Amino acid sequence: MTRRIVLALYLLVLALPIYWLVNMSFKDNVEITSTLSFWPHRPTLEHYAHIFQDPAWYGGFLNSLSYVALNTVISVVIALPAAYAFSRYRFLGDKHLFFWLLSNLMAPPAVYAMPFFNLYSAVGLFDTVWAVALAHCLFNVPLAVWILEGFMSGVPREIDETAALDGYSFPRFFFRIFVPLIANGIGVAAFFCFMFSWVEQLLATTLTTVNAKPFVAVMTRTYSAAGMDWGLLAAAGVLTMIPGAVVIWFVRNNIAKGFALGRV
Amino acid sequence: MMDKPISNRAWFLVVPVMAFVLFSSLIPMMTVVNYSVQDSMGQNSFFWNGSEWFQHLFDPATDIGGRFSRALVRNLFFSGVVLLIEVPLGILVALCIPKRGWAVGAVLVSMALPMLIPWNVVGTIWQVFARADIGLLGAALTGAGIPFNNTQDPLSAWSTVVVMDVWHWTSMVALLCYAGLKAIPDAFYQAARIDGAGRWSVFRNIELPKLRRVLVIAVLLRFMESFMIYTEPAVVTGGGPGEATSFLSLDLVKIALGQVDLGNAAAMSLVYNLITLTLCWVFFTTMTQLDARGSA
Repeated sequence: MTRRIVLALYLLVLALPIYWLVNMSFKDNVEITSTLSFWPHRPTLEHYAHIFQDPAWYGGFLNSLSYVALNTVISVVIALPAAYAFSRYRFLGDKHLFFWLLSNLMAPPAVYAMPFFNLYSAVGLFDTVWAVALAHCLFNVPLAVWILEGFMSGVPREIDETAALDGYSFPRFFFRIFVPLIANGIGVAAFFCFMFSWVEQLLATTLTTVNAKPFVAVMTRTYSAAGMDWGLLAAAGVLTMIPGAVVIWFVRNNIAKGFALGRV
Repeated sequence: MMDKPISNRAWFLVVPVMAFVLFSSLIPMMTVVNYSVQDSMGQNSFFWNGSEWFQHLFDPATDIGGRFSRALVRNLFFSGVVLLIEVPLGILVALCIPKRGWAVGAVLVSMALPMLIPWNVVGTIWQVFARADIGLLGAALTGAGIPFNNTQDPLSAWSTVVVMDVWHWTSMVALLCYAGLKAIPDAFYQAARIDGAGRWSVFRNIELPKLRRVLVIAVLLRFMESFMIYTEPAVVTGGGPGEATSFLSLDLVKIALGQVDLGNAAAMSLVYNLITLTLCWVFFTTMTQLDARGSA
């Protein structure tokens, strides 16, 4: 019983700030600034309507979704063979290489903001979704390798050996037998890549100006002009929570194992 | 784990990742190294400056050195505080999650929700929530007679940033621990019941040892993430009041992108990165040693 109460309290505390934002997004600005109410007394959809009618807003949303999708695909695809190598073989320098990869996961994005700006300007990708997608690979590729390696190590090596004896070539074995076996792990890795690319702001805003501006960078516009447009800001914030909530639903059965990086 | 075959052909499988990381990590790092030993007269004319930027950085008497050492201490303190709160709280919450039943999925998904919100929206949520005029928390605290003002009072700003981080990331520790707890076979608990073990001794002797591995991952991830925190405090406090919540990344971004002081920023980047790298190595070695012991 105490367990349920503790859990319920914890979930309540988690939900409260989110609830407040959702609540605010349905109020008009007069109501927001004049009264503290637990539900909108004059519910309005004006803020959402504004976002869906302004190309700068929904364009930003599409930009964000496209670099996140690109990044997720790139990260998982190039991490798969590497994770297989790390989980199945020992080779010269494997431990050092693995640590070097992980160290990129731990590198502060603030350190990379300035050099990335130079790098992507030099190769002509600045202010495109590709720049952000590639920049986020800095931490998502090592993360994907780490997660996939954990899940792959849970698959017994006898399966590889049996397949080889049965005359499967390596690519055929890998895609026909092995990939389906670690489908959960791939799902979890893709989920984490999505998540970290979706939530990261510093690099995404540094590497874009106009054309590829992410949604959250558009949000800073509400700070200007006639003071704060709190309602609009809240509505935009609520919209940013939706993709994450949708994606997590697909991995709900593996989420605990996923957070343990497949290592339980 | 231990009897993996040795094959250097495995390198071919690693080549794509290597190429990628070389492009997005090594090249930018070399740019930083380059800046850190040069000074500029403006307009892309650079000249050799030796180790002067580093000497400034390590000398707390200089402006930049003082800023750096204060931000470092502040950031280490912040990481310590959030770890001390989030790890025990996360374990507690994990112990409370039911192991099976229809509610498990819903509970896990709603717990993970704060982590899926873009970081500056997290900042926005708490900025709004903590405002005395339109936010629930700020209004409640002010109503209760507690002086609370993010923009003027350092203590308020600090507690908001810490509470925000706890709100944001405790679930990750809890989910990790939950995964660890689920891996404990029921037989262990039955044996404990037969032995007449109490709740505390079940936790101490069965659950905690099983959690050790996931806890190392949790501490590693939480430490690193809090050590490079940027977006959330940047939105809520902007590093203020004064420089009260100006953590390392906030300070670095101010110097690099705000003041475009490339030499100082580059030297600071390298030292900052080296500190994270060292700490990461310590955690990683601990982890692999635990792995080795676990599979032996």
